[in-house]
Amino acid sequence: MTDFGAGVRLRAAGAVARRQAFSRISYWILLLATVLPLGLLLYLGYDTISEGWSRMDWDFLTSYPSRKAEQAGIRSSILGLVWVLGLTIAIAIPIGIGTAIWLEEFAPKNRLTALVKLNISNLAGVPSIIYGILGLTVFVRGAGFGPTILSGALVLALMILPMIVITSQEALRQVPPSIREGSLALGATRWQTVWFHILPGAMPGIMTGTVFAISRAAGETAALIMIGASAFVAYDNTSVFEDFTTIPIQIYNWTLRPTGQGFQPNASAAIVALMIGVIALNAVAVVIRERFRRD
Amino acid sequence: MTVRGTDTEKLRAELKGRRFKHPGEFVIIFVLTACAAATVLTTAAIIFTLFGETFTFFKDVSIFTFFDPRGEWQALIDPRDYAVIELVAGTANVVFWSMVFALPLGLGAAIWLSEYASSRSRRIVKPMLEVLTGVPTVVYAFFALTFVTQDVLRPLLGAETVPIFNSLAASLLLAVMIIPTIASISEDAMANVPQGLREAAYGLGATRLEVASKVIFPAALSGIIASVLLAVARVIGETMIVAVAAGSTPNLSLWPLDTVQTMTGYMLQVGLGDAARGTPDYDSLFAVGSTLFVMTFALNVAAGMIVSRFREEYE
Amino acid sequence: MTQSAIESREEAALSSTAAMHAAGEGPSIGKPEEEICVSIDDISLWYGQKQALTHVSMEIAVNKVTALIGPSGCGKSTLLRCINRMNDLIPSARTEGAVHYRGANVYESGVDPVEVRRRIGMVFQKPNPFPKSIYDNVAFGAKVNGYKGNFDELVERSLKRAALWDEVKDDLNSSGLALSGGQQQRLCIARAVANNPDVILMDEPCSALDPIATLKIEDLMRELADEYTIIIVTHNMQQAARVSDYTAFMLTDEESSGKLIEYASTSLIFTQPREQRTEDYIRGRFG
Repeated sequence: MTDFGAGVRLRAAGAVARRQAFSRISYWILLLATVLPLGLLLYLGYDTISEGWSRMDWDFLTSYPSRKAEQAGIRSSILGLVWVLGLTIAIAIPIGIGTAIWLEEFAPKNRLTALVKLNISNLAGVPSIIYGILGLTVFVRGAGFGPTILSGALVLALMILPMIVITSQEALRQVPPSIREGSLALGATRWQTVWFHILPGAMPGIMTGTVFAISRAAGETAALIMIGASAFVAYDNTSVFEDFTTIPIQIYNWTLRPTGQGFQPNASAAIVALMIGVIALNAVAVVIRERFRRD
Repeated sequence: MTVRGTDTEKLRAELKGRRFKHPGEFVIIFVLTACAAATVLTTAAIIFTLFGETFTFFKDVSIFTFFDPRGEWQALIDPRDYAVIELVAGTANVVFWSMVFALPLGLGAAIWLSEYASSRSRRIVKPMLEVLTGVPTVVYAFFALTFVTQDVLRPLLGAETVPIFNSLAASLLLAVMIIPTIASISEDAMANVPQGLREAAYGLGATRLEVASKVIFPAALSGIIASVLLAVARVIGETMIVAVAAGSTPNLSLWPLDTVQTMTGYMLQVGLGDAARGTPDYDSLFAVGSTLFVMTFALNVAAGMIVSRFREEYE
Repeated sequence: MTQSAIESREEAALSSTAAMHAAGEGPSIGKPEEEICVSIDDISLWYGQKQALTHVSMEIAVNKVTALIGPSGCGKSTLLRCINRMNDLIPSARTEGAVHYRGANVYESGVDPVEVRRRIGMVFQKPNPFPKSIYDNVAFGAKVNGYKGNFDELVERSLKRAALWDEVKDDLNSSGLALSGGQQQRLCIARAVANNPDVILMDEPCSALDPIATLKIEDLMRELADEYTIIIVTHNMQQAARVSDYTAFMLTDEESSGKLIEYASTSLIFTQPREQRTEDYIRGRFG
């Protein structure tokens, strides 16, 4: 302890010590606040895995839904999800990236463009069930597509479109303006500059954002229920004009069954399957992001 | 005099003549513009669909009935009543109780990440928090009904106090879902507070807690408020957790252990049922949907305005 | 650059002192005797409400090196970018006046800036090679402009012109970004040259480079002038004195922004400047 002679001490005492003590305690309280939801999720996840493990086997993955819990499986849910996601990707990615390119590279810098940008960020905040209502009215009933994979994909595509546009815009903006200038100074047109330089440069960011958006679509339930995709589907999908179901819808179905019927392990197992898929997708996105961050 | 041998007229023509060398470029720009137009069309479709059918609804049901603060919501069975106040109350119930949990934990996390964590800790913990946003809401719904209500609340407080469908279970999982949103946006707001402010405060002998609570938090307040508005908007729009765990019984109550139905829960119920087109039951879907849309839209716009004004302050 | 080369160049400049007639704004703005490649005619430019160039007129000789000098903020880079319409990229920029390239006004309505930039190339202050291979960097301009010849030959020729061939010839597929700063800038020059331009604009091409790389590029500028018209912007007066045939001095002050103060052959400007402000700048009294 330093003593500067005239009674000056550098150690806290009295009121200052009290304030310091509060501050030190606050570190642990705030850390607890931060990890509490994580801990809760881990605990719930562990419970689910241990319950679902009993049901998870090859039969479960290859059986159709059934009134008997032990025989019910997620075969049609997996296929339906893959089909609807595939079509969603095919619709949403070109339109999303195209819109982002238009906004960043071609749109005139005026109020109309600003309104379009504002509109997109508002669409990002629209609840998914409203996209479901839109799909019901416009695609299922209006266009007559019915409660099919086609309608489902259109709804999901519209829902994740704002996400893709916003993250793609961000990725395009990260390309250094010096590259753009260098290309234009050589007499390349705006599109040539975009195609040969800006798009390739932004691709990692665009892919990351897109994969996150797909993962969001994979977990969506409400919008698909609204367009009528809660049918009891006991066949393999082979075309986009068929009724379908997805794993989240199956989880919803089984969750609401009375406890006595024994569907809870089914729901748990289906959750495990879904989470493996979602985590895998998110991991891919993160890997892409980190690999190209180092460049 | 210009360079000998230059055919100036030919040069002028060449400088102007590119339009026809690259016709493909016009097609591409047209396609890109069409993509952007699709987003505008989507909003137009949403508004047209929602408000169009709502208009039809108000031909059958008086607007005063809909907004009557003392009415009840009883659609799909007789006697019918269409006062949206009960559904709004259900939504308000889960919003309130989820915020009771989410605000302290979310803001606490934001403060910890921004002011206390070392950059190594932050790099580990922050992505872990983002994982919470990636979990599908139907999974949270399952957790709420089976584990929280069944395995914890009912054994703890007794099956008479806790109905199978109650707001508390839903609110807890809604809080878990929304904490990362509050934490991440608030943390960004705090990180944007100029370092000079921190240094000045520390230089005056403030403790870390005091700097965080008395200097940084107020300075970042507009960003924090924006994050709360966005979080509330997301909770209002969330469907699966409340539809599964909170119930399908409209109830004018803010008590957490009551069964309630939110606006979104009702909309899902209509979607699952077979209300015939053209009936007030079916049209009520759009009336409630419009109410929901207006609320979330207003909150998002308010949050956006606060964020842009807050950016002006620092530039 | 050998001493005798420097001397013979100075002699040639001195002998053309009589060749700078009075023109335009008064005796301080000269007009080269040679054929004129680019003629800047009464150019004024505004960024929004703020004026950046005021009634600039000057004529630039073909196959010579012309330097724009002046303190920072005087508008020399802005003027350079007017020549190849790069200021079009800035939404708030508004240009009045004309720039005649070989008699044709590049600001005439209907003119496509893309065509202008094919003929008037640019090298930037900070080297900006594309994140592609050396080969692809050099070939890019030619590729998008429909070059039908042999690309391998074009790349080799251009890299030789830019004095970079020997250093990279074994490794044309390696990334352009792996080169040193000076090499990157020479790559950018090769890239510009491969596009077969007529005029090459260089905006402070050496300011991000070390002295040795700088000297290499200065030598390059003099060689390139044999085939192209070179216009450079530089904040380094000694560089302008070493490298250019004609020098223009610009200034921004309280009265007007981006004004051309004096334009004459390089040796004259640095030995007998007519304007007091030019002399003040050259003697280092400001800027």
